[in-house]
Amino acid sequence: MAMLSFERKYRVRGGTLLGGDLFDFWVGPFYVGMFGVTAAFFSILGTVLIFYSASMQGTFNPWTISIAPPDLKYGLGLAPLAEGGLWQIITICAIGAFVSWMLREVEICRKLGMGYHVPFAFGVAIFAYVTLVVIRPVLLGAWGHGFPYGIFSHLDWVSNVGYQYLNFMYNPAHMIAVTFFFTTTLALSLHGGLVLSAVNPKKGEAVKTPEHENAYFRDFIGYSVGTIGIHRLGLFLALSAGFWSAVCIVISGPFWTQGWPRWWSWWLDLPIWS
Amino acid sequence: MSMHTILSKRSGLVAGLAVGFGLLLAGCQQNPPEATQQNGYRGVALEQVQSPKRLAALAEVNQASEVIPPGDRTGPRAAQAYQNVKVLGDLSETEFTRIMVAMTSWVAPGGVSGSDEGQGCSYCHNLNNMADESKYQYKTARRMLQMTREINSNWTNHVGATGVTCYTCHRGNPIPTQTWFTGAGHPKNLADAGGWIGANNGQNLAGKFVGRASLPADPFTPLIQFAETIRVTGQTALPTGKHEQIAVAERTNALMNHMSESLGVNCTFCHNSRAFGEWKDAPPQRVNAYHGIRMLRDVNANYLAPLNTTYPATKLGPEGDAAKAFCATCHQGVQKPLNGAPMLSDYPELGKPRP
Repeated sequence: MAMLSFERKYRVRGGTLLGGDLFDFWVGPFYVGMFGVTAAFFSILGTVLIFYSASMQGTFNPWTISIAPPDLKYGLGLAPLAEGGLWQIITICAIGAFVSWMLREVEICRKLGMGYHVPFAFGVAIFAYVTLVVIRPVLLGAWGHGFPYGIFSHLDWVSNVGYQYLNFMYNPAHMIAVTFFFTTTLALSLHGGLVLSAVNPKKGEAVKTPEHENAYFRDFIGYSVGTIGIHRLGLFLALSAGFWSAVCIVISGPFWTQGWPRWWSWWLDLPIWS
Repeated sequence: MSMHTILSKRSGLVAGLAVGFGLLLAGCQQNPPEATQQNGYRGVALEQVQSPKRLAALAEVNQASEVIPPGDRTGPRAAQAYQNVKVLGDLSETEFTRIMVAMTSWVAPGGVSGSDEGQGCSYCHNLNNMADESKYQYKTARRMLQMTREINSNWTNHVGATGVTCYTCHRGNPIPTQTWFTGAGHPKNLADAGGWIGANNGQNLAGKFVGRASLPADPFTPLIQFAETIRVTGQTALPTGKHEQIAVAERTNALMNHMSESLGVNCTFCHNSRAFGEWKDAPPQRVNAYHGIRMLRDVNANYLAPLNTTYPATKLGPEGDAAKAFCATCHQGVQKPLNGAPMLSDYPELGKPRP
């Protein structure tokens, strides 16, 4: 496979975390590495098990395939394959694949001599997933508190878990997470609009520079965070959204069992006005 | 900056975060593990998650009263032995006396503190003439006995064989602690805004009886007393049919919050939230709740609301209405009132009148 002109300088040996030179090579444009191999192993095994579970369920309709966690009665033990055991193994495969992929990103970062921003960001997404299927179930004492792997069924789970606390919008961490999600999209749209208009000038005009972009935002809101700053801000907003999502679900159940509107009683009952 | 400084700064940050999170958790209401109960197919999250500490505290305050040993069922009927007995006349004299003694301890063991309304027998009776109807409590008690028999004999699809007695609601208080008046439950009178806001439908106020949510604070007057439609969810995927406005749906939401908090359960106890109105996906408890709402409508419309002409003005609500019942009146935070203590089997005299 032909290489791009700049690709050669990235294809350097070393920087691996595990296994030394073993698997330290490329297949076509793709770096393999020890964690590429483990990622492939876990994802292939997990996918095969998903199809196996779907065949037991009797449907291959992608919308309605659902691999459900065990009944609560199994607690933190192993369940029979057909009664949630497959969910348990698929969960192990998913975490194995996600973490492998993150570590493969770390190795690539080391080869390129860059910071670990990308694997760290992916790590926050993995943390949110692990919170849902490991941390919270362990705190509640049963794997059955995890969510089912199915397009429709996981939505039913989300809805019902929300209604276990009457109105999830009153969950303070959920409020923070939602605010971060919306702010992420706001920042991205402002940034995207700015860049697109700077690099697509009117016919006959020159492409604008970052100085022009700064001037635009100083006119608009009195401040420009700058070219690197906007990416730092974007990363912070996006990771905060994922992090607070994990917080909002892990406190629901393990640390608060009543309706979330009721949680605000501490505020309503402050001695200042009550 | 040396590698060591960077590392120690980072580990300091990590330690700080860990301590912060620990403090956050320490400030929480309870610590895991929780008492959990699964009510549906695995993975659908139809489940109850309860704090054992709260459950224990609720069990503590929801104890049934001591049962008085049953009396002799034979002998002359109370209707012949006493004057002016209109409800429990089918009991034997001993049974009748036993119920009177029990009622005293259930409803007025100490009377109302700071009032001269009397206590014990004298809370309802003129002690010089026990058949005298002059006290409003006497007339009320008679109506309450009729209501209790109505519930125990005609609302078994809600109260089952467990049944109710005066104690189910009263718990030793002349007026049950959990009742409602029309327009009550708002944290402050709407007139505080000088009438400028007008009818805000409970918005932006934490309703006392609706889980402290910003919802209509009194869904009970329209939905329980006047039996307006509760199921207002649209039946089509898109808003093509005739739909209720959101404010009407919020009223339903408010009532459901009340039910949920009164029973100490969450929405999934009765509903699969995938489709709230769907009966086939709903846990069976919803049928019981359905009959409970109809029972409350009967009890409020036919027994409690009409007592406004019997009560003195001081016992009426701001709108001049009598105190009424809702789910919390009996349930008081637990799924089955008094945690399912079999009140009726201990006091079968309060069931269907004997022929």
